[in-house]
Amino acid sequence: MNSILHKDYTVVRDDYARAGKVSSDIKATLSTIGIPPSVLRNIAVASYESEINMIIHAWGGDITMDVFDNGTITLVFKDPGPGIPDLEKAMTPGWSTASDEARNMGFGAGMGLPNIKRVSDTFDIETSEKGTTITLGFTVA
Amino acid sequence: MQVKEIVSLLQAEPLLVCNDSLMDYEFDYAFATDLMSDALAMIQNDPEKTLLVTGLANASTLRTAEMLDIKFIVLVRGKVLSEEILEIARENNLNLFTTKHTMYSACGILYARGLRGIYE
Repeated sequence: MNSILHKDYTVVRDDYARAGKVSSDIKATLSTIGIPPSVLRNIAVASYESEINMIIHAWGGDITMDVFDNGTITLVFKDPGPGIPDLEKAMTPGWSTASDEARNMGFGAGMGLPNIKRVSDTFDIETSEKGTTITLGFTVA
Repeated sequence: MQVKEIVSLLQAEPLLVCNDSLMDYEFDYAFATDLMSDALAMIQNDPEKTLLVTGLANASTLRTAEMLDIKFIVLVRGKVLSEEILEIARENNLNLFTTKHTMYSACGILYARGLRGIYE
């Protein structure tokens, strides 16, 4: 399969003012190529939650989006650390290590990773102290 | 419940109206929270028919609405938004009102008049 649309983004740590701008662009870009609203919404929610995680938990990072000619969309969120110490707990709804600032922004309910997994067709996460990479896949029906 | 009824019941004031036909638009559900991660996790069906009630007056609320395709937000406790944050709302055709009622009272008023919660 070949990528027919590719975009790269960078997210900066603690940049709350711009939080969501990448996901906004991803949603707008995919909307212009006719992705159905229900699929688009799932992609937007997963992207926004992942982008927020990079800002509030990680030291920023890079996001890539690819639309493939077989009708699948892949989003990759790659950060340089510090990693998730206990992934099993992080995947448990309600468990959170968010800062007060993150909570003031309306996040830190411990629903992020479980929700990202729920709305994605495929979900893969690799984490170590060198960073976390989340790869999400979506199929356009 | 039509928007004009919601606005009347809550004695709400407009902060931004991007859709002129909004007042006749009908909402079937409301979801109230100050936690946007809960909104992102729980509003799964009919977001375009769901009113978001919140006291969180910042960009997160507007970005959450954008991602979920929510078009109508009521801010409680008299909260308002800065012009910079309102720009995000304009870009996404969001409609924003503010009421002096608390979250508890606003929800009680709307629920008593028949606006249901999600998952009922």
